[in-house]
Amino acid sequence: MPEVRSPILELQGITKSFGGVEALRGVDFALYPGEIHGLVGENGAGKSTLMKIIAGVHTEFSGRFLIDGAETHLRSARDAHAAGIAMVHQELSVAPDLTVAENVFLGNQPTNALGLVQWRRMAREAGEQLARLGLDVDPMSRLGDLSIGLQQLIEIARVLFSGARIVILDEPTSALSPPEVERLFATLRRLREEGTAIVFISHFIEDILRVSDTVTVFRNGRKVAETASAATSKGALIEAMIGRGGEALEHSYSDDLMLPQQSESPVILKVDQLSLARSLKDISFEARAGEVLGIYGFMGCGQQELSRILFGKLKPDSGTLAVEGKPKTFASTAAARRAGVALVPESRRDMLFHQEPVYKNISISILDRISSLLLKPAQERDIAKRQVEQLQIRPPVVGLDLGMLSGGNQQKVALAKWLTYPPKLLVLCEPTRGMDVGAKNDVINIVRDLRTKGLAIIVLSTEPETVLSLADRILVLKRGAMVREFKNEPVSKDRLLEAA
Amino acid sequence: MSSETALAGERRARGLAPFLRSQMRNIAPFLTLIFLSGFFAFASPSFATLDNLGNILTQVSVTGIIAVGLTFVILCAEIDLSIASIANVTGIAVAYFTLQESYVNIANIPLPGAVAIILSILLCALLGLVNALGLTVIGIPSFIMTLAMMQIAAGISALLVRGQIAYKVPSLITTLGSGSIAGIPWLVIVAAVMLLGGHLVLTYTRFGRYVYMVGGNREAAEYSGLNVKLILGSVMVISAVCSGIGGMLGVAHFGSAQQNEFDTYLLDSIAAVVVGGTSLFGGRGGIGNTIVGLFVLGVLNNGLDHVNIDSFLKILIRGLILLAALVINVYAQRLREKTAA
Repeated sequence: MPEVRSPILELQGITKSFGGVEALRGVDFALYPGEIHGLVGENGAGKSTLMKIIAGVHTEFSGRFLIDGAETHLRSARDAHAAGIAMVHQELSVAPDLTVAENVFLGNQPTNALGLVQWRRMAREAGEQLARLGLDVDPMSRLGDLSIGLQQLIEIARVLFSGARIVILDEPTSALSPPEVERLFATLRRLREEGTAIVFISHFIEDILRVSDTVTVFRNGRKVAETASAATSKGALIEAMIGRGGEALEHSYSDDLMLPQQSESPVILKVDQLSLARSLKDISFEARAGEVLGIYGFMGCGQQELSRILFGKLKPDSGTLAVEGKPKTFASTAAARRAGVALVPESRRDMLFHQEPVYKNISISILDRISSLLLKPAQERDIAKRQVEQLQIRPPVVGLDLGMLSGGNQQKVALAKWLTYPPKLLVLCEPTRGMDVGAKNDVINIVRDLRTKGLAIIVLSTEPETVLSLADRILVLKRGAMVREFKNEPVSKDRLLEAA
Repeated sequence: MSSETALAGERRARGLAPFLRSQMRNIAPFLTLIFLSGFFAFASPSFATLDNLGNILTQVSVTGIIAVGLTFVILCAEIDLSIASIANVTGIAVAYFTLQESYVNIANIPLPGAVAIILSILLCALLGLVNALGLTVIGIPSFIMTLAMMQIAAGISALLVRGQIAYKVPSLITTLGSGSIAGIPWLVIVAAVMLLGGHLVLTYTRFGRYVYMVGGNREAAEYSGLNVKLILGSVMVISAVCSGIGGMLGVAHFGSAQQNEFDTYLLDSIAAVVVGGTSLFGGRGGIGNTIVGLFVLGVLNNGLDHVNIDSFLKILIRGLILLAALVINVYAQRLREKTAA
């Protein structure tokens, strides 16, 4: 006979908007002690917003917030911490230059009566805590010397053992190896026995199903399903996540899409057995002229590293690259550019000069083509004007500082800098991220147009729609390994998510 | 709708107040210069004379030559602390390769003047290359790398002169350092030509554009396929060669080559560049700013001699003015970021 449990945390009718856009619409959520609660949903579905409300990061919202049945208003992350709520964010927030022990005790190092840090005690207790997670790490070693997975586990350990009653983990497994995931799960289960309530957010639905007791699904800011993990399946969850019936404004890509026959055009890029530390394992593929190759995978699957290797920004540990049959080892991004490779990284900030005018941003990558020694500003402006016109960059003023442009227009400038003298291979990371529908369509059209001009294009994205809307052939990366290739066959969002 | 807001942004950007705000780094040093000149002209009748203008020009010339290269370095958001030491060792080297009077007790290697000059320039270029390799290949921050070079160059100087003083330098250097033509010191002309050259390179050449872009956003420069390391290495070599030229002419100007002769030039050159408004964060400023900075420093040093002031207080006053300029430099950067954001 199960006792009637009362929730440790209860949210009722939570609505939260950002500048007129509703990120959460009337969400109810309850969390019980001794429960692992999985959260799934697409990017932007509202999971993280809800968790940030719980963790006291977002303090303005409507709805009721109850802890132990008492209505509470958290004013800051500090308040949340005092109430026993702790969160591990997706991005690592560790101090790489401090020791492991210092990281475990960050902010509350044990001190003696004089206020001096008790190093020996700190090291011993840190060692004990890490041992509980099955980690055999010297507490006095520098954290930055450890693998990313270990660093993430240590950050998780800090939160798990901080004495919090409610622990939120946002994508904790993306950088972990399978044995590390096992260790994390064993620890989570033990904490559950001790009565801790845990929220577990992940794109890896298998992980969610294995470790959680309950799963909640979010879609477009609403809670669309809540079910016991034992009573559902991966397929059912994916269906709930992406929905049916075209309620989204855009093409939802939930139906099968037929990929074309594989192109017979010349191979531009050949990648063979590329490996990089813990990020990439034996990646091999080809990219052909006039073809868009999509590479899909979750955050942290190794896409970013792969794109950097193709552009000479990172050096692989092993493996070879060949451009048009000629083996290349790029010593610098300049060498990659000379070989005809271009990259647009996911962060526009990384490739644009915000305090410089638009035309200088567009001409920077082609200056050596139009001037040997002296600059030709008039020609630069002409080229920039043509690109601005062609890509419909608004406002069409090439002398304007780039920082004055909207995000979508900045993304077009980032593309424009490569287009006057088109490269052989164009690598695009998250080309439509954070754009409104109009700008998204513009970018999609630009890319399709480039494909007809015979460029080999690689699109890397964590958003299935982006890959599906552009790619002729799709590779799926999972934890640094290539797990599936879709070509000349039907593909859909479900199938992609299923493969990843 | 998005284009509408951007157009509004454009109008905003072209209004007068934001324009002035974005130009703060250029305006503030100029106002400082006018204020200082006015003050000294008012305080001392001997300050605002043509003769004294000549004095000021001559006094800032060696600093000016060194500051040309340093401007390139600071525009790239790096620093070169070895400029004074490299100036010193190059000045000593050119004397070392010149036949000295018999009473000078140095075991030197007399060579023809042209060879002595070329060897000396090669020496400073080599030291600059070591800075460049340390910074780009090994990855030592320029602050530390050039600190080490400061010691190394001082060490080479010490070994060459061994505590002695040399007086003779090749006649070309003597002329350029201490001669004059039509009443204008050659030193001033060389400084003016080098400043002009630096300005032309920075403003009108591809390399100059790369310097600004690398300084403005190094990550973006790399993602644009620029060879960032090559550009950083080049500015370190340029800086060392400018310092070497300044050092050789300085030795001729002072009439002697000896250890620690240029020590004050490190601070003066950095001050000239920064007081002039070139951003310590890179990407903003230029030789025009450096020229204004040189005048601010020159007027300040010279003017303080013309007014009745405790000579020990002068050092403090210089320090305070430098601090004020740094505050303005950082503040101007922030204003500009706000305007661009």
